[in-house]
Amino acid sequence: MKLNLLTPVAIGVVLSLGLAACATGDSLAGGGASEGSTIVVGSQDYYSNEIIAEIYAQALEAEGYAIERDFRIGQREVYVAEIEAGSVDLFPEYTGPLLQYWEADTPARLEGEVYDALVEAAPSGLTVLDQSSASDQDAYVVTREFSEKYGVTTLDDLANVTVPLTVGGNSEGENRPNGPQGLKDTYGVNVGFTPIEDGGGPLTLKALKDGDIQLAIIYTADPAIGSNDLIALEDTKGLFLASHVVPIASDKIDDKAAEIINAVSAALTPEGLVALNAQSVTDQSPAATIADQWLAENPLN
Amino acid sequence: MKWLSQNVETVLSLTIAHLGLALPAIVLSLLIAVPIGRLAHGLRWLRNPTIAFVGVLYAIPSLPLFILIPSIFGTGLRSSATAIIVLTVYGVAILVRSAADAFAAVADSTLTSATAVGYSRWRIFWAVELPLAVPVLIAGLRVVAVSTVSLVTVASLVGISSLGTLFTDGFQRGIIAEVVAGLVVTVAIAVALDLLLAGLGRVLTPWTRHRREAAV
Amino acid sequence: MSLWQETLAWFVASDTWSGPGSVPQRLLEHLAITAGVLGLAAAIALPIGIFIGHRRTGGGIVVVLAGAARAIPTLGLLTILGLALGIGLGAPIIALVILAIPPILAGAYSGIAATDVVTVDAARAVGLSESQIVRSVELPLALPVILGGVRSATLQVVATATLAAYTADAGLGRYIFTGLKSRDYGELIGGSLIVIVLAVCLDSIFGLIARRTTRSSLPKKSHTKRNQ
Repeated sequence: MKLNLLTPVAIGVVLSLGLAACATGDSLAGGGASEGSTIVVGSQDYYSNEIIAEIYAQALEAEGYAIERDFRIGQREVYVAEIEAGSVDLFPEYTGPLLQYWEADTPARLEGEVYDALVEAAPSGLTVLDQSSASDQDAYVVTREFSEKYGVTTLDDLANVTVPLTVGGNSEGENRPNGPQGLKDTYGVNVGFTPIEDGGGPLTLKALKDGDIQLAIIYTADPAIGSNDLIALEDTKGLFLASHVVPIASDKIDDKAAEIINAVSAALTPEGLVALNAQSVTDQSPAATIADQWLAENPLN
Repeated sequence: MKWLSQNVETVLSLTIAHLGLALPAIVLSLLIAVPIGRLAHGLRWLRNPTIAFVGVLYAIPSLPLFILIPSIFGTGLRSSATAIIVLTVYGVAILVRSAADAFAAVADSTLTSATAVGYSRWRIFWAVELPLAVPVLIAGLRVVAVSTVSLVTVASLVGISSLGTLFTDGFQRGIIAEVVAGLVVTVAIAVALDLLLAGLGRVLTPWTRHRREAAV
Repeated sequence: MSLWQETLAWFVASDTWSGPGSVPQRLLEHLAITAGVLGLAAAIALPIGIFIGHRRTGGGIVVVLAGAARAIPTLGLLTILGLALGIGLGAPIIALVILAIPPILAGAYSGIAATDVVTVDAARAVGLSESQIVRSVELPLALPVILGGVRSATLQVVATATLAAYTADAGLGRYIFTGLKSRDYGELIGGSLIVIVLAVCLDSIFGLIARRTTRSSLPKKSHTKRNQ
């Protein structure tokens, strides 16, 4: 009876602990500095960012590099720590927000000056590669009806709105410099904040259309803006910094790899990025398929 | 179906990642809870405080544990080890009570007979108590297995891959099919484990089978 | 700053305790959500559980339902409902009610079904109607088990109501999500500690109630018989 009981249990235990060892082994290796010549490509917890990261990964793989994917890490507050610690080698970022993260009170606002300031602000060990013309900016978005009813096309116009304003967006937006506090300081507009954890996705959209919120933080490359006839309010006073897609690379990215990635950045256009996002949301294709297609249509050589 | 047909590979790899977190946690919960449950049963004064303590464990919200465990144990912030430890905490919280009850269900007369026949304390535990405790233990383990599989999905909120990633991704992109797929696969795994453990329970307790056959 | 220092700092900060999103506000929201969910779940589960328990049929279905509820990931259920219903408390409350029903149902069913058939038959023989039997015989005897079901449902709801913050600006879960996403771990841990304290308090209250009802549901025992 002892043997009958113990043998299957013991086998089960050994198998599961073996599984655990494999699982933890992989992750612990990924958690520290990446081993050997494998390049770790990371992405934000944002489907659009994942597509760009996948394009980087596939472009490098096509040229023979060994790539490890570590996607959907989280929000900037989480993944930048990992990049700086060396556990991620290549990451698609956005110039403006990243600069503000490293240098909160930077005066840079326009495309060129933001990029230059970013290159300077980057910690040692990290390189800022060429920025792309493709941009994906945080924006305060309203419905067309709201815009026409209150005559609002820029963020300045918000001061003339008579009804109480609430902004909807991810939790972390509440405390960021261009959140409600920024609106107050730069435009003198008081807004309430409703946290919606879908990254400017379907719930935010629905809340905007239902009137639960008047303003939504939706990213400019989101196909929902075009397909739902939404208006991104113009940022006349430069609350938001110019925000272009830019790869952040560690020292593991050699010159040849950097060249490949720069070619990707050059080929990526603003309209192209919106189209990629549309493929993800409307056609429901996975990032790998979208990246594959894009690379086929945009040969880098 | 448009989503599913394009993403079968993703679902499969996430399922494997999911199991890679759930299975070790279930086994670890068993390995930790059985000794604690046995102790709690053996030392009368320990029983109520232990059960009260694990009751509190169950009330801890899971997300903060994903941050606390790394700082206590030194595991990586998004590593599998962290997730497995978090899941084990809840597994133990559920299983300790079952374990204590399981050992309490072993008849005193059986234990005294074993001592009379000459079994040592150690042998009594392995050859008498543990096998007799199996039915109640398996019942508790089934609950642990099902709730662990379900709980793994929360790990995606902190960037750890599991079937829960289908929830967060589907949420962002507004693809209900993706979320439903995640739900269906998670529940399917939970049910499969439940049935497997029920079968295991029957295999490990052949004397109950005879009893059932004799009763017919 | 270590995690504990950060948490302490959050606890002593003044805007944690007053203004929008303060602890008293979030605590009340959380309690309201918990109470609402339990009320709805009990309103649905208790009558059904008592009814099928009295009839002593359908036990298998109850067990399956209880298991099924544990198997459904709350996050997934909440996501689907959120996508369908939008922001606000609707989606979390429905999800939480769905998850709270099985423990209450199981408690009600097993409590009633476990009352001694002989006693129930005796009551029937004396001439009590079915509903009188339920009300004056089965319910008092089953009360401890029924309350046990409600107690475990409460613990579960209090802990899981933190997920309501995923789609609604309400409840103690707000501290957890905001803390997690903006890496303000003081807020994250502080909020969780409050949830734990709340859960322990509610559980203790149930413990007290359990002791009083158990005493009243047991028949008077003679103490001299204990050692047999």
